[in-house]
Amino acid sequence: MDLKDLYRDVIVDHNRHPRNFGKLEPADAHADGFNPLCGDKLSIYVNLDGDRIRDAKFEGSGCAISVASASLLTEAVKGKSRAEVQKLFDEVHTVLTQHDANVDAARLGKLAALSGVREFPARVKCASLCWHTLNAALQRASAPVTTE
Amino acid sequence: MSAASVPRPRAANFDVARIRRDFPILDQQVNGKPLVYLDNAASSQRPQSVIDAIDYYYAHDHANVHRGVHTLSQRATDAYEGARETIRGFINARSTKEIIYVRGTTEAINLVAQSYARPRFQPGDEILISALEHHANIVPWQLVCQQTGAQLKVIPISQTGEVDFAAFERLIGPRTRLLALAHISNALGTIVPVARFIARAKELKIPVLLDGAQAVPHSVVDVQALDCDFYCFSAHKMIGPTGFGVLYGRESLLDAMPPWQGGGDMILSVTFEKTTYNQLPWKFEAGTPHIAGAIGTAAAINYLQCIGMERIAAYEHELLDYATARVSSIPGVRIIGTSPQKASVLSFTMVGIHPHDIGTILDTEGVAVRTGHHCAMPVMDFFEVPATARASMSFYNTFEEIDRLVAALEHARKLLG
Repeated sequence: MDLKDLYRDVIVDHNRHPRNFGKLEPADAHADGFNPLCGDKLSIYVNLDGDRIRDAKFEGSGCAISVASASLLTEAVKGKSRAEVQKLFDEVHTVLTQHDANVDAARLGKLAALSGVREFPARVKCASLCWHTLNAALQRASAPVTTE
Repeated sequence: MSAASVPRPRAANFDVARIRRDFPILDQQVNGKPLVYLDNAASSQRPQSVIDAIDYYYAHDHANVHRGVHTLSQRATDAYEGARETIRGFINARSTKEIIYVRGTTEAINLVAQSYARPRFQPGDEILISALEHHANIVPWQLVCQQTGAQLKVIPISQTGEVDFAAFERLIGPRTRLLALAHISNALGTIVPVARFIARAKELKIPVLLDGAQAVPHSVVDVQALDCDFYCFSAHKMIGPTGFGVLYGRESLLDAMPPWQGGGDMILSVTFEKTTYNQLPWKFEAGTPHIAGAIGTAAAINYLQCIGMERIAAYEHELLDYATARVSSIPGVRIIGTSPQKASVLSFTMVGIHPHDIGTILDTEGVAVRTGHHCAMPVMDFFEVPATARASMSFYNTFEEIDRLVAALEHARKLLG
């Protein structure tokens, strides 16, 4: 286990200086994520242009991995369609959990920096919390509007 | 004061090197470094004598207890009930009837909640706890409140992590039906001066339960001197086996309580019309118990008593003082829990570094600490932190290990701070 593999420069940088940090007001959708085991809490806000994410922000508190992962997520999903976001989530999840998975840096971009997490199984949830939260926000956004 | 200038005390008359040889698990490398185990408040390690006692029992003496005339059943019963006498002596209960075997502190508190509180409490009654309790001394009472309509009242704590006695005096009153307090806080290390609280409760004839999970491994506990009515603790935090613990209860109260669980061993006679319950303590011990747990716990007590609880407490206090001085001299460290009376628990945060990152970085240096909310989320809320890192020392830890902790924390600071 090499710490430098977990806390790569990109991760340390995004933890110290999180991008797109804050609320979107108004937001087309938002969801809160909570990891009761470690107390990580974050909220993700998105604005949509039809099927595409126009803007994404997050706020909350957590470890370096969860903050950096959320920061990287907000950069990565802007301009992407729901289907593209889902595909990206699947790829990130594979990189986080499968030891022998190929890390396609060309497709993942900066998100490839998260691949070191797989050597630290206790920390995988820190990295994936923001993605689950984004999914929840997008599902909420697609729920039929009610008058109740 | 720089970290390096803290003098390392020399523990007189305490041969920690010899003690460490009794704990085989301590002699190993973790991530290529010698293990530094500082997660004792979560669970301690076991000496070879405890492992051997459990081993020997399964290899030579095992049969079910209280059930047979054959030799093995008799041997198992003798060891199992002999352990009860050892435990009685350890906490100075009046009688082995007052020593109820349970799975741990959590089950002991739930037993009192469901068998003592639930049948008695009514709307308007109040249960009094403090703001530094472990979830195990909060949630069982919330359940009772839902079941009975009683109300939970919480004594506030101060910024140092001490239970506010003046507030307690205002909160306790004619509606109070039970006072349930931690003896030592698991998240902060605060030693609660329970004698004062108990004395006031006794004036009002209010029964007192103490959660002793963190106190029994680190101090002399005398339930008669404390004058408490219930005392709960777990074996695995006091170098004994997991899955075993003790509820001490005042005999007159236990006598008046209905059984909590029904089954074998807790009865004298059963017909479909009427069942007569067994005497104390077996009335509360339905089913085949954790026999090896009782035997291992007795071996743990024998080990602790060979060293002496006073000597253990004194040595651990030196470890705490040294660790507090060294860790608090690291820039950006905030100690959470600064009561003048503390057990060897050091909870802290570091500016700019989340406790989970501290935990991971320390682990790569072979140093095991707990990170998180320590099953005390209200305590975290009070100090406005999401989590802390917690180093908790036992009598087999050394001053050199504290140095290793400090070096690992410095490493964390360089990496992420």
